[in-house]
Amino acid sequence: MILDTRYLFLRLGQAILVLLLAFTAAFILLSLIPGDGVTARFADPALGLSNDQIAEIREATGADDSWWSRYVLSLTGFLTGDFGYSVQTGAAVSTIIAAALPSTAVLAASGFVTALVLAVIIAVFATFGPSTGPTARVRRVLDSVPSLFISIPVFWLGILLIQVFSFQLGVVSVVDPGPAEALVLPTLTVAVPLSAPIAQVLIRSITEVQASGFVKVTTAKGASELWILIHTVARNAVLPGLTIIGLVFGELVAGAVVTETVFGRNGIGLITAQAVTHRDNPILLAVVVIATFGYVIINLAVDLLYPVIDVRLRTKRSSASAGRALRSHDEPTRRALTASAASVGVDLDWDDETKEKNS
Amino acid sequence: MSIVFTRGQGTETRRARGGRARAALSPATIVSALVLLIAVAWALAPELFTHFDPNDGGDTPALLAPSLEHWFGTDQTGRDAFTRVVYGASQSLLAALVAVGVGLIVGTTIGLIAGTRRGLVDDVLMRLIDVLLSIPAILLSLSIVVVLGFGTINAAIAVGVTAIAQFARLARSQAVQINTSDFVASAYGSGGTFFSVLTRHILPNSISPVLSLAVLQVGSAILQISTLGFLGYGTPPPTPEWGLIIAEGRNFVATAWWLTVLPGLVVMAIVLATHQIGNTLRKVTS
Repeated sequence: MILDTRYLFLRLGQAILVLLLAFTAAFILLSLIPGDGVTARFADPALGLSNDQIAEIREATGADDSWWSRYVLSLTGFLTGDFGYSVQTGAAVSTIIAAALPSTAVLAASGFVTALVLAVIIAVFATFGPSTGPTARVRRVLDSVPSLFISIPVFWLGILLIQVFSFQLGVVSVVDPGPAEALVLPTLTVAVPLSAPIAQVLIRSITEVQASGFVKVTTAKGASELWILIHTVARNAVLPGLTIIGLVFGELVAGAVVTETVFGRNGIGLITAQAVTHRDNPILLAVVVIATFGYVIINLAVDLLYPVIDVRLRTKRSSASAGRALRSHDEPTRRALTASAASVGVDLDWDDETKEKNS
Repeated sequence: MSIVFTRGQGTETRRARGGRARAALSPATIVSALVLLIAVAWALAPELFTHFDPNDGGDTPALLAPSLEHWFGTDQTGRDAFTRVVYGASQSLLAALVAVGVGLIVGTTIGLIAGTRRGLVDDVLMRLIDVLLSIPAILLSLSIVVVLGFGTINAAIAVGVTAIAQFARLARSQAVQINTSDFVASAYGSGGTFFSVLTRHILPNSISPVLSLAVLQVGSAILQISTLGFLGYGTPPPTPEWGLIIAEGRNFVATAWWLTVLPGLVVMAIVLATHQIGNTLRKVTS
């Protein structure tokens, strides 16, 4: 059996719980603490509403209900796709988000794919080739590229790209670009910082695989370096790469917010930034909940796919005794910690358990 | 036999230590330390590095190109851009320290309690940390900024909250490891209370990796705070702050590239330097 049903349900329940708690936290932060949103918006004398009309609005929006009934109302609304109404424009939040989502999805997808390609190029050239001579110097330079990329302020990179490619070289027009042309610079802005943690994980896992016995045996048998890269190293190094997909999601969201603001692209990121500026809490609440949903779903998928792809994990899980259940429960913790350390440029080997498992 | 063995071990440790010290004193680390020293000096005594006023350009012409007099040129009101970067250091570095402080203190406390108590307390605390981690960092910090209001310290607290989860997880893994050692058992056995064991044994033994994570976090905190400043949620103008300086220079990117490019390079160099120092510290302490 590839997937353990008990594990599946356990993980599913955990994901739903995290999602519910995240919604509750965001609701408390953005809906309960700010107090009376209706008074804030409609009590303005410039609107010319009478007290009766305001009372009517209060009745309709349920502003005077207890926090508990507002919470339940909001939760059922989110479950049915009704995210409430924007304070700023009065439009339904679901409509606003539905209009902005496609453009952000395109940017996120192209940014992620570009980052992946960039990371693979960096990782391969940083780990392969002769260890002496001029190429070795290139390797060392490439090895430090991820920590450089991670230190770049994203917003600054966006401005720099506009400056160089639009104003100096005139390659990409920013005034009235076509849809594909408009995507080039934002994609690069998202991809460069995103490629750094991915490249770091890939470099580390390639180095690990290179040091393992079966690669040495293959080399001794006379296989060329390229052959080894394609046939043995790549397949083994891809697994840790899968984990990173779930973990860079947060960076992708951050990249979208900043990039869309810099380039003035209409999308979820720009809407979020505007919502913060205008203190439009319903929009912010919806964006937070949707993004958290995305994060939880992606990590759930990665967790469930892992044993399907890696045969070794399958046998391990089936042989896991009751005592090991606690450890596998800690697996996401450990992975997240390692990857977050990797994202700031550290090769984390504090965790002895991981080593134990790998060896 | 045993003497020979110890001696051999001794030279080995000495050699290893020498290697570590040499690694710590690599050229990259020395340059990084210098960069950080300069940044700290900028924050503490900005008037030593420049004789211009950061907020009043006087009658200096606007948008001058970089020169020996004005290293980074001048901005739209004739203020010296280099002076603003120097004065901005105190805002940005203070905010980064506050952010890391919030994450370090809250996160480590949660992590140590969870790792020492185990059981239900551990489960509840770590599920809460999971929740904190599942909300994308930028959205979490933006939500907190909306509630607290805009400003340097509020932005710093918001960034700090996003760092809590990492500190908590690291501190917990350390505490779990130390909790199983004999000296903790004997401390309990000789009448130690939960609190005394936590502060006397678990905290001192788990703190060094946590502190090197803190140094690493300073760099990303500087980046996140400058991002919030760039979006306009940090320090209000005209007070110089690195993100804000770049945001203001953005309007002149076609004519005065130096107003965005040079301050950005400074921020990048400082973040890179903190990462380098943090990595070196981690290698030396582990």
